Amino acid sequence: MNAQLQFRDLTLGYDRHPAVHHLNGGIDAGALIAVVGPNGAGKSTLFKGIVGLLAPLAGRIELNGLKRRDIAYLPQVADIDRSFPINVYDMIAMGLWRSTGLFGSVGGNGRAQIHHAIEAVGLTGFEDRPIGTLSGGQMQRVLFARLLLQDARLIVLDEPFNAVDAKTVADLCALVQRWHGEKRTVVAALHDLELVRANFPEALLLARAPVAWGPTPDVLTPDNLAKARHMCEAFDAHAHECRVDAA
Amino acid sequence: MPYDILIAPFLEFDFMRRALVAALALALGAAPIGVILMLRRMSLMGDAMAHAILPGAAVGFLVAGLNLFAMSIGGLIAGLLVALLAGVVARVTELKEDASLAAFFLVSLALGVTIVSARGTNIDLLHFLFGNVLGLDAASLVLIAAISTLSLLILALIWRPLVLECVDPGFLRSISRAGAPVHIAFLGLVVLNLVGGFQALGTLLAVGLMMLPAFTARFWTRDITAMILVAVLTGALSGYIGLLLSFHAGVAAGPAIILVAGALYIGSVLAGPVGGVLRQLFPKRHLEA
Repeated sequence: MNAQLQFRDLTLGYDRHPAVHHLNGGIDAGALIAVVGPNGAGKSTLFKGIVGLLAPLAGRIELNGLKRRDIAYLPQVADIDRSFPINVYDMIAMGLWRSTGLFGSVGGNGRAQIHHAIEAVGLTGFEDRPIGTLSGGQMQRVLFARLLLQDARLIVLDEPFNAVDAKTVADLCALVQRWHGEKRTVVAALHDLELVRANFPEALLLARAPVAWGPTPDVLTPDNLAKARHMCEAFDAHAHECRVDAA
Repeated sequence: MPYDILIAPFLEFDFMRRALVAALALALGAAPIGVILMLRRMSLMGDAMAHAILPGAAVGFLVAGLNLFAMSIGGLIAGLLVALLAGVVARVTELKEDASLAAFFLVSLALGVTIVSARGTNIDLLHFLFGNVLGLDAASLVLIAAISTLSLLILALIWRPLVLECVDPGFLRSISRAGAPVHIAFLGLVVLNLVGGFQALGTLLAVGLMMLPAFTARFWTRDITAMILVAVLTGALSGYIGLLLSFHAGVAAGPAIILVAGALYIGSVLAGPVGGVLRQLFPKRHLEA
């Protein structure tokens, strides 16, 4: 049996230094899973691997029945040029890329979808505002509206709730729940453990190597969390070649 | 009287008419490219590419003399080659694109001047560097017009991914592989428009008609479409006023056009409604919350 997203002895990293080390396991279609771990645990690296921005150093990621365009990705630090003269509406409309492609126009149906997405993130009335005038939380709402339009089967969110207020977290979390209800797979990196316990049935605790993976209450135990903190020690510039045999 | 000053020179003199058409066509093609370059923080890119064109045009000159076609093709090849090499070095090695571009255009410039001075005279060198907008023949006009038409068409075609790559390159990478080809097509347009401007304004001044109107437009609007319109109009106006200035005051035409564009820019820095100096010195009272 194959999960929608299968990691096989996956090692990801930079310059031969692994940031995710020998990860095995699978994420089933429709799962709602939180990836938890200290800074530097390899969460962002794992996500870059999943969406294809980073090639594995060893092992592989199998996307079973998923194409690249079925994956939507919200990076931790989006390299968005906020000074670019584009308004909220056009920014969100880019989420329709799958149906419009390079040249296609946004038809009446598309405009209705955009309208609904803007409404769903609570930005009605902000359509004509340049993105440079938005607050951090409003910008995050814009990015979630764009994700809505992407209509992806796998949604990868890298620390989506950083530096946003409680109201925004609650609103955006509701969207995540809605995606879960629509049987989409959602993988999110998070630091707020209470939020994870309340919203995510499954969790992966990562500290370069996986510490625990399973139902959230079994993963987020004090023992596991202490272990994760301990494992995530400093980067060793003189590390030896890894001798673990490929499985 | 205004008729004699503003319109008659173009009706009476063929060379003035040609120069005006060339300036208008250049403004139409180059100004939108300049706006994108500015928004991508690549404003000095045009300058670098203008230098990079030189050896190609010089080789064309060496082979065929002051032949329009040979020099344009040579310039185009040299420009594209430098853009591509710089892009490849930037992607394959640790060096960033601005640094690798600077390296190639400096070598290219030295090579160009060497080639021109080995064969030509100082007059040729001046022609290369500063063009001859009052001496354009029909073939040059056709070339310039064709380049403007082509670049507007291509720009329309690659507009969506181009804007997306400016605003959110990470997002474009995650949904499409169009980023790299679009980037290359855009660099091709930069080179193409500089080659077009090269005939009229020379390699160094051609950049002026590309970038100055774009900077000017930034002070008048926050909307990208309006920005492009303002830039095109500014470029066209610079061409028109610059040629009149050259005609009546007897100054060199090419530099006059760019100086007018420069004056419009400085005027906009001071008086522009979007972030201009005067607006900042004398701000209006803040609004209600």
